[in-house]
Parts: sequence; C-alpha cells; structure tokens
Amino acid sequence: MYSASDLRKGLRIEIDGSPYIVTEFRFNKPGKGQAIYNCKLKNMLTGSTMSKSYRSNDKMDKPALSERPLVYSYEDSGQYVFMDENYEQLELTAEVLGDMRLFLEEDMKVDVLFYNGAPVGVTLPTFVVKVIEFTEPGARGNTATNVLKPATVTGGYEVNVPIFINQGDTIRIDTRTGEYSERVATA
Amino acid sequence: MRRDHLICRSRVLQALRRFFLQRDFIEVETPVRIPAPALELHIDAELSGDAYLRTSPELHMKRLLAGGMERIYQMGPCFRRGERGRIHHPEYTMLEWYRAHADYEDILRDTRALLPELCMAVVGDTHFTYLGRRIDVGEPWHEMSVRDLFMREAGWDPIADFDADRFDLDLVNKIEPILPGDRPVILRDYPAKVAALARLSPADHAVAERWELYLGGMELANAYSELVDAVEQRHRFEVCAEQRRAAGRAVYPLDEAFLAALPCMPPSGGIALGVDRLVMLLSGAESIEDVLACCV
Repeated sequence: MYSASDLRKGLRIEIDGSPYIVTEFRFNKPGKGQAIYNCKLKNMLTGSTMSKSYRSNDKMDKPALSERPLVYSYEDSGQYVFMDENYEQLELTAEVLGDMRLFLEEDMKVDVLFYNGAPVGVTLPTFVVKVIEFTEPGARGNTATNVLKPATVTGGYEVNVPIFINQGDTIRIDTRTGEYSERVATA
Repeated sequence: MRRDHLICRSRVLQALRRFFLQRDFIEVETPVRIPAPALELHIDAELSGDAYLRTSPELHMKRLLAGGMERIYQMGPCFRRGERGRIHHPEYTMLEWYRAHADYEDILRDTRALLPELCMAVVGDTHFTYLGRRIDVGEPWHEMSVRDLFMREAGWDPIADFDADRFDLDLVNKIEPILPGDRPVILRDYPAKVAALARLSPADHAVAERWELYLGGMELANAYSELVDAVEQRHRFEVCAEQRRAAGRAVYPLDEAFLAALPCMPPSGGIALGVDRLVMLLSGAESIEDVLACCV
C-alpha cells in the first residue's frame, strides 16, 4: 500500500483494478487544513487520463507490475516472438505492442511490462534508425525543418518528416513520441 | 539559490524590521526546540531528541503578552513535517506579530500598511509582476467572507453545515483557484472548527474571528482575534488530541505553562505570515526552494 505522502511524478498506483502512472503532481496544503495531493493519472492499459485529489489519510494499492528484459526474434502471423536469456519464448500480440511493433528489428533488446503476470506494454530503445521507403519529393533547395510531409519507413510505420528528406534517406525516430528526430544519412 | 533572490530576501527582512521598529514593536526570540507544540489537527511537528521543533512561535509569544508585553514580533525558522511542494518547505521562515488590547481588525490595519510600505522599500513601487501577472498591493483590497465564497463557488454553507473533509478539498480545488490575483485578498470569518486558537465571534458562535491573506493566489498570512479563555483553550486542545490519536497521528503534550499564563493575557490580535512566500512574490521566484539560501 502507498499513502498519499508517497505520491510523486512517475509513481504507479492501482485504481479500480487498473494500473495508473502519476504524470503530474501538485502538493497543496492550506496552513490550518489537511494536505491535498492533486494528481493527473494515466491508465497504463488504455492510455486514458484523469485528475484525482487525494487527502493525507488516503491509501493507494500498489499495482502488481514488473518489467523483464527480452530480445525480439520474429513475427509469425500476428504473434511477435521474444526470448529471454534462457531462450524461453514469449509471444506478444499486435494489440499489446501497438505502433511499437513497427519499430521492432531482429535481436532488438526491449523491456516488457507485466501487470498481474500478463504482458501489457513494451519499452524500446529510445531511438530507432529507419530507411524512408516512400515519400513525395520535396521542393528543391527547401531546407526548412518546420514544414513536414508524410513518409513511410521500413517496417511500415508512417511518420511526418521535414520537406528536405528524400526516399532512401536514413532517419532516427524517437520511440517515446513516435516522431522524427534527425537525419542520419542521405540516399 | 540565486544571488538576486537572496538580495531580495535580505531587503525584505530589513524592511520588515524597519516597519516594526517604527511602530514600537519589540523583536523577541522564543525557543525553537520545545516540549509541547500547539495541537492542531493537520500540523505535524518534527521530533528533536525528546522534544520537538516548533511549528509556530505562537504559544510562547502569547506567554509574553500575558507577561505584559503589548507589541511584539518575531521572525525565525519553523518546521512542519511532511510539507514539501512549490510553496511548502519543511523548514521555513515565519513572521508573527501580536498586539495586546486589540483584535483581528487591528491586525488587518497593520497588514494593510505593511504590504505597500514593504513593497515600496523592496521594489520601489506598490506593484510588481509575478509570473507574468501584475499584482498591486495598494488599496482597494478584495475582502470576502468564507461563507459567501463557499455558497457561490462550492454551493454549500460551511458555517451552518461544517464538513471538515469537504471544506479543505473545496478550499483547495474550488476557492483558491478563483481568488483574484491582481490585489491582496482577505478571506474572513472562518467556521469555528478551523480556528484552534481564535476567539469566536460574539455575534455568531459558529464563526471564528480569523482571516487569511492571499496574494498572487498564494496563502500568505493567517490572523486571529486570539482566544484568551483558558478553559475553552484546554478543551479544544483535548478534543484535538483525541482526534489525532484516533487518526493514528502523534499526540503532543499540552503546554501547561501556556495554559497557566492564558488567564493573564489581555484580548489580543495576532498573525503569522510566510516570509519565504513574500520573498517569492517580490523576487519573481517560481518555487520556494529558489528563495532559500540552501536546500536540505
């Protein structure tokens, strides 16, 4: 159990059978009154967010969360196969992986998050490197970075890239946001 | 720590002392390490060996009033366990002043004189900008009653139907966020249950003679017409001790020396003001840690 005074940004708590992470936290206390802990919370399963106020006597359940390092192997008809250090296989569905499945590459090291023993999410390396498979050509000489156009990279992920990026270029993508980060090499 | 914030802090301390010197207040220093902190339901004291660090100098200063001193002030460290946030720090600096033969209206007059004078001395005008918002500490100030504000913003009357849990939650989430930020706000006449050391209004015993000053959305000071009835004060401490025991919180011994002195204390007004928050406002600091010389 956690008590309200344990609350801080990044803490994971359980509410109505779902794991939540504290994304924003504000301590309030009128001089003579009780402490009020205002939190913004994100459901770790659905991604939905909510605000909640806790008082000093409130208690929160600790979610049964654990993380395990695994290595990605291959995909087999919608099942994504990972291995642990003992070569034990674990299969994750596209639903659990979300867009992250498009970034996977053989032998990539990932952290898989488990809730009550079931896999619920995956953390990839912060940056992945991908080649542009398709994008419309940009206007010649335009090096502006604030104008974006859609592109498809190896693996099928769609990302907005600056206008100067061409088909065949190699780029870095931030897996935390899913956004273009920088160009690594030109075609 | 930032040099300009600390220079502002030094100016604030000097200006406060000058203000009280000009009004014939005596600066006092009472013990920081004490055997019996005031019993308040939601204020926790830090242990210091077999004693406690003071959460406020209030009880000792009232003993000085009982001993015949009429205008006293003190600035110094106070400690509150577990309070840490943008405007909270477990060790902070409190200014308290007391006037004998006075009440909370006299203290309000002092405060209305103090803020503009202090502001002039520190920033050269009666207005300043805090986090992009203009604040003017000159007249007119906003004054509103707790009852009116709760009726309007939270839809219930905390004087007639007091509910402690709901009161604190609505104060933080419904009242404080909508208080005007352009000038000082006086929130006055609190429910009797949330004023442990204040006198009840002779006109309505459900109301305590207490006001709070908000500036720039921050709670800056708390003032009372002080309770001088020792029997009533002992009763309130005992009720509070029982509530703390039931909630599993530390129960502090009663300050018998204070209770013994109380019958000799003349009717008085008193106030506690957070100096660090005042410095935050005048120096533009976003967090209380920015105006502390060192953070521990």
